[in-house]
Amino acid sequence: MTLVKRMLQILALVAALGAAGFWLAAGANRGWTKTSVPVKTLDEVLGIEGITYEKRFVPGLDFLGAAMLGAGALAGLSLLFRNKRNQMTK
Amino acid sequence: MKPSMKKIFHTLFALTAVSAAAFSAPQTFDFKDPKGVNNAVFTLDAPLEAITGSASGISGTVEFDPSDPGVAKGKIVVAASSLHVPNPTMKEHLHGGQWLDVAKHGEITFEAKTLKNVKTSGDTTTADVIGTLTIKGVTKEVIAPVKLTYLKDKLGQRVPNLKGDLLVIRANFSIKRSDYGINPGAPVDKVSDTIELKLSIAGASPRS
Repeated sequence: MTLVKRMLQILALVAALGAAGFWLAAGANRGWTKTSVPVKTLDEVLGIEGITYEKRFVPGLDFLGAAMLGAGALAGLSLLFRNKRNQMTK
Repeated sequence: MKPSMKKIFHTLFALTAVSAAAFSAPQTFDFKDPKGVNNAVFTLDAPLEAITGSASGISGTVEFDPSDPGVAKGKIVVAASSLHVPNPTMKEHLHGGQWLDVAKHGEITFEAKTLKNVKTSGDTTTADVIGTLTIKGVTKEVIAPVKLTYLKDKLGQRVPNLKGDLLVIRANFSIKRSDYGINPGAPVDKVSDTIELKLSIAGASPRS
């Protein structure tokens, strides 16, 4: 197996596992990716919950899908490189 | 009666009449909240996707008479550009020409004209407000259940060194996206045609 092929396969695995791990660690958001999250604070006098947005990256299914596609593309790219054994037998 | 006594009685009567009129006159509440608590939450719950966001750029005035809450009227304005959803692409679409077109239609307004089914208990009044809602240049009549809470002398607790009253308005109602030309062609299984609105706002009426 060529070094490039092995590197691409490892990279694909790291990208897939890394993205899945990050998605799970960030709360497994099954919606779209968010770049801000609402923070509610109760106004004691009015009894109204005010909403402010805190900047935070929360990956969603689109992020996971894009990462898996990227990982798949890397794995697919690795197939373009021949194994060393195959090259020798030819 | 002596002329001087008569004059005193006339003055007293005039003062009483003026103060009575002053107490029964409606107060004007300004809904531009310096602390930014006022908000309108919108939810579109479609079978495939639920979208929730909020708007914070709220202003406007409401005339409210604590002794006669049923005659309240006024106008609430929401800056369309203040509508926020947590996904940046979705927010860009929401503000864009197909959806709210905030560049052209910068304001969402609700003009309250009359109240019906008014019930008052203590400082709280519930009613159905009849008014006109304008979104993206389309004006439609809306009837929404509303709860008004009058907080006498509570302004000082929010803004130090300022005396006055507060008026809290809460309203939950729903509208149809297609009625206001908000991307009427968008598939309803992804973006609900029903928009649920939850308004929680407070106005201040300072006294000198």
